[in-house]
Amino acid sequence: MKAIQNLMDSLRPQFEPGGKYHKFWPAYDAFYTFLFVPGHTTPARGAHIRDGIDLKRTMFTVIIALIPALLFGMYNAGYQHFKAADMLQTVTFWDMFLYGAGKIIPMLIVSYGVGLGIEFGMAVARGHQVNEGYLVTGMLIPLIMPIDLPLWMLAISVVFAVVIGKEVFGGTGMNILNPALTARVFAFFAYPSYMSGDKVWIGGMLRGEAVDGYSGATALGDLATTGTTQFSVMDMFIGFIPGSVGETSTLAILIGAAILLITGVGSWKIMLSGVIGALFMGILLNGISGYATTPEMQGFLSVPAWQHLIMGGFAFGIVFMATDPVSAAQTEKGKWIYGFLVGFFAILIRVLNPAYPEGIMLAILLMNVFAPLIDHYVVEANIRKRMKRMKLQTVKA
Amino acid sequence: MQDLINIFVKAIFVENMIFAYFLGMCSYLAVSKTVKTGVGLGIAVIFVLGITVPINYLLENYVLKEGALTWLDESFATVDLSFLSFIMFIAVIASMVQLVEMTVEKFAPALYNALGIFLPLIAVNCAILGGSLFMQERAYSNISEATVFGLGSGVGWFLAIVAIAAIREKIRYSNVPAPLRGLGITFVITGLMGLGFMAFMGIKL
Repeated sequence: MKAIQNLMDSLRPQFEPGGKYHKFWPAYDAFYTFLFVPGHTTPARGAHIRDGIDLKRTMFTVIIALIPALLFGMYNAGYQHFKAADMLQTVTFWDMFLYGAGKIIPMLIVSYGVGLGIEFGMAVARGHQVNEGYLVTGMLIPLIMPIDLPLWMLAISVVFAVVIGKEVFGGTGMNILNPALTARVFAFFAYPSYMSGDKVWIGGMLRGEAVDGYSGATALGDLATTGTTQFSVMDMFIGFIPGSVGETSTLAILIGAAILLITGVGSWKIMLSGVIGALFMGILLNGISGYATTPEMQGFLSVPAWQHLIMGGFAFGIVFMATDPVSAAQTEKGKWIYGFLVGFFAILIRVLNPAYPEGIMLAILLMNVFAPLIDHYVVEANIRKRMKRMKLQTVKA
Repeated sequence: MQDLINIFVKAIFVENMIFAYFLGMCSYLAVSKTVKTGVGLGIAVIFVLGITVPINYLLENYVLKEGALTWLDESFATVDLSFLSFIMFIAVIASMVQLVEMTVEKFAPALYNALGIFLPLIAVNCAILGGSLFMQERAYSNISEATVFGLGSGVGWFLAIVAIAAIREKIRYSNVPAPLRGLGITFVITGLMGLGFMAFMGIKL
């Protein structure tokens, strides 16, 4: 570490004003910050508090929280692939893990390479600092994509998300939609044949590597077409089901959620109210299941509300995407409303909209659109309340 | 009753005037700088759509449509005046906006001042004419359906303009690249909001 610091220090004059490479100061600054800043906190005794937490630490906490889902995603990708090819007896744990890693690590490299490339380029061109915001986005994007998405599609989605979703607003902290979900929604509408259906969720299935007649449908895909699902509750909770890379295991996501909640990085209000919203909608749907016109629809409507929490991307979305501090509601009361509506709409779209098998992505994006409005009215209500209190006091006086 | 609720919800979310048809964009872009003006114009649009769509419905079904004039005399059964519908609808909208304006000015001067120029501007808002034309195209079966459709379209438009106004207030201090400031970024935001509203595409009620 010391050697790197010495190297960075010796290079510093080249990048400072007047130096040969001053144009690339943001890039140098980003590397330096990444490695060595912030280097100071308050000593054990002291009257004021100086904490080491900043944007970089926050982002790293989220990345650590994502690691269980990532590792499980690698394992599950291999597991699903070999299960579909009917080879589960002949392969070991490491075969499965390495198969998944071989698929997912290139996605990570492309996502980080393209995204950070644009960020650095923009920072150099516009002369501002490189922000750490993309560290999390770059990790999230591969986790919410199907395993077999061609890498060039991934790259184009990343370009769209970073440029249109974030940089045109001025970079990290200014965007209105969650950038990772912007990438996914772009891919979803631009390349539907690679983003939905029964074959995209299992590695190699599009190329016919699965045995004949094997169904690669997700739990939600099953429910939408037949009204029942082949997966047990336990499988859905642990995550041995087809789905986007990181979304399948509710258990791994819960570990991540615990990390986010203990460190205070993720908002517990959004997570809790999101779960309440989803349960509320689930119970409401159970209530109207009698009116269903087809037996499939009735089966879908009468899924127990709590089971909606462990299917599809709901858990992943509500823990890692809805709590995005930039695009979510910023006021404390607003977070309750925002989270509740995310959960509510996610289940509503999932069950009642035949066009989409899963609703959490569009529910979060929809509420991202309305989050500033919620904030606006929460602030207005507070102003009105305090004005009233002030008037009361003046009347008394 | 259930039909009416369906039409209402569908007009707000699924067939949103802004995000599904991109109608009424001009005032939507121009008046969405603050939430307050957005709310004012939004309410005026709800009001005018809620009045003009049923009136045009009556016009369509008792004057313009082929055979609509039979209530006057049986011999009019073959008369088709639908080529006049554009000009008639616009005339109704313009006069209704005038009437609404005068009424509001007379009986609620405070509201009139708050709405200011937006009230007369509604006469040229394409979402209003669009509402009447959709009503004609979809041939609603009775006047309450037409009214509910008009109100729903207005509410959808209202939601769109207040949402973008709040976003524009939020990004006021964002470091947007200079060429995109103002209308440019507003178009980008509208597109991104449209992605969010894709959530409702395909819902069959």
